[in-house]
Amino acid sequence: MDRRKRKRLLLYILNLCLTALLFTVLTLLIDSGTLDRMQSNLLSLVCINVILAVSLNLVTGVLGQLVLGHAGFMLVGAYAAALFTKNSGLPLGVSFPIGLVLAGVVAALFSVVIGIPALRLKGDYLAIITLGFGEIIRVVANNLDVVGGAMGLSGIKAMATRDNPAGLFVYAFAIVALVVFIMFTFGRSRHGRAVIAIREDEIAAEASGINTTYYKLLAFVIAAFIAGVAGGLYAHHVGVVDPSKFDFNKSVEILIMVVLGGMGSITGSIISATVLTLLPELLRGWLGDFADYRMLVYSIILIIVMLFRPTGLLGRYEVTVAGAASRVKGWLSRGRSSRKEV
Amino acid sequence: MTVLETKDLGINFGGLQALDDVYLKIEEKEIIGLIGPNGAGKTTVFNLLTGVYTPSKGAIRFEGKSIIGKKPYQINRLGIARTFQNIRLFKNMTVLDNIKAAMSQNMKYSALTAILRLPAYWREERDATGSAMRLLEIFDMGETAEQLAANLPYGQQRKLEILRALASGPKLLLLDEPAAGMNPTETRELMETIHRIRELFGVSILLIEHDMSLVMGVCERIYVLDYGTLIASGAPEEIRGNEQVIRAYLGG
Repeated sequence: MDRRKRKRLLLYILNLCLTALLFTVLTLLIDSGTLDRMQSNLLSLVCINVILAVSLNLVTGVLGQLVLGHAGFMLVGAYAAALFTKNSGLPLGVSFPIGLVLAGVVAALFSVVIGIPALRLKGDYLAIITLGFGEIIRVVANNLDVVGGAMGLSGIKAMATRDNPAGLFVYAFAIVALVVFIMFTFGRSRHGRAVIAIREDEIAAEASGINTTYYKLLAFVIAAFIAGVAGGLYAHHVGVVDPSKFDFNKSVEILIMVVLGGMGSITGSIISATVLTLLPELLRGWLGDFADYRMLVYSIILIIVMLFRPTGLLGRYEVTVAGAASRVKGWLSRGRSSRKEV
Repeated sequence: MTVLETKDLGINFGGLQALDDVYLKIEEKEIIGLIGPNGAGKTTVFNLLTGVYTPSKGAIRFEGKSIIGKKPYQINRLGIARTFQNIRLFKNMTVLDNIKAAMSQNMKYSALTAILRLPAYWREERDATGSAMRLLEIFDMGETAEQLAANLPYGQQRKLEILRALASGPKLLLLDEPAAGMNPTETRELMETIHRIRELFGVSILLIEHDMSLVMGVCERIYVLDYGTLIASGAPEEIRGNEQVIRAYLGG
């Protein structure tokens, strides 16, 4: 028991060190100007998309409920955070974190309102309701003059400035780390088990004493909260939010990240969100405006994945330090034992 | 002490009277059989007892209290657990996690405690793993703990489903055709398992079954349903010779 405890602690420290290392290296690269402004913006965008994909993975991958309006929660969060930092009068260093929390809370409130009726039922009603929500909220924002209407909300203070180019990235990366940590620890708790059990068999889960409505709502609200925070980050990343950025295509884009990475796999979502964010940018030089054909290429990739690897790239597996370590150990011991046999 | 009692229980789906006038009484530690031809309404009785359907009339009393209108998960927490006719396991979870999922209600730590990995999380998880492993080992499934439930052979899947129902700590266990699809050897093992469950856990058991060797072998009393009504009840020997029962099964 004691040895296992020590091993566990070691793995925590190792994970923490690797995360800190990645964080330091990337921040230094941005701060020192090694990465130009476009590249560092791209890194922040990667972080935001990872947050979105990982949060959607909780509902669609782990809980098994389709959500077609994740961009709607992002929109709500983006406007909430932007309005707060614009109007609160506090310095940005103070108002931004508060704005992010506010973004999450507002998005979570919306998710409670639409989640309660949808999640009391068995079946795919959540997909239909979130689809409706995503469209309605966008149309409302489009016609609401208070938030700029179709022109969008502009003049949002940028977090990344000339003096502090890593201003937004620092937040975005920290939130990625936090969200991933929460997803892993939540997934391996009694609450996470309940959520997975509902995905596996809702009727059996309920017959086993699991309050299915509560856990479905819990997962959905957590996901919406995180999407709202991602929206807040996004608003301060681009500096102007207009409703068209949060349309159905955006929701589908996030969904594709989850499906491609493997439904239920956190690391799968991270990897596919990173690749799918970087790919259009990397291909931009060669293929003219690749971004225009992005959705076309995505759907082709999705069809290919569904044909040859229907569980997504990683299936339900996770890439972990512990797993990598045990695999290396396995190779080493296999080498040793084969020598023994000889 | 009476564990479960139903009075004048009935339900209709639209114009179809699926069950009518069902009187059941189950005492502590009894093993009761519920038999009848296909479509007699046996599973419907289970669905009424576990809150999947709400009865159109009659009363269900569990330990003296009415459970009508309660949700399935609430009824499970009160102490009625069930298995299903077609196995419903959490297939992509390990055997251990299948059991632990059903133990969730007896664990107290909050989501925040879990996320922060506070000592209460580790303690309760360790305890739950411990008692889940003990449960598996009692029924010789300890070695399968880390396997995915979907990868178990059929007989063990049936057994795991019963163990999962036991894990929630019931006083009454409802088994829906536990011997379906089993060969005679597996059925004999199942009979032993059922007896051991009663001895070790002190639960009452109500089981639906078509395999008469099992029903006659383990049940102390039997209720017979036909077309939604009880046509007979009593000890296995009485049921075996009951004219009405023979007619219901063989026609005529």
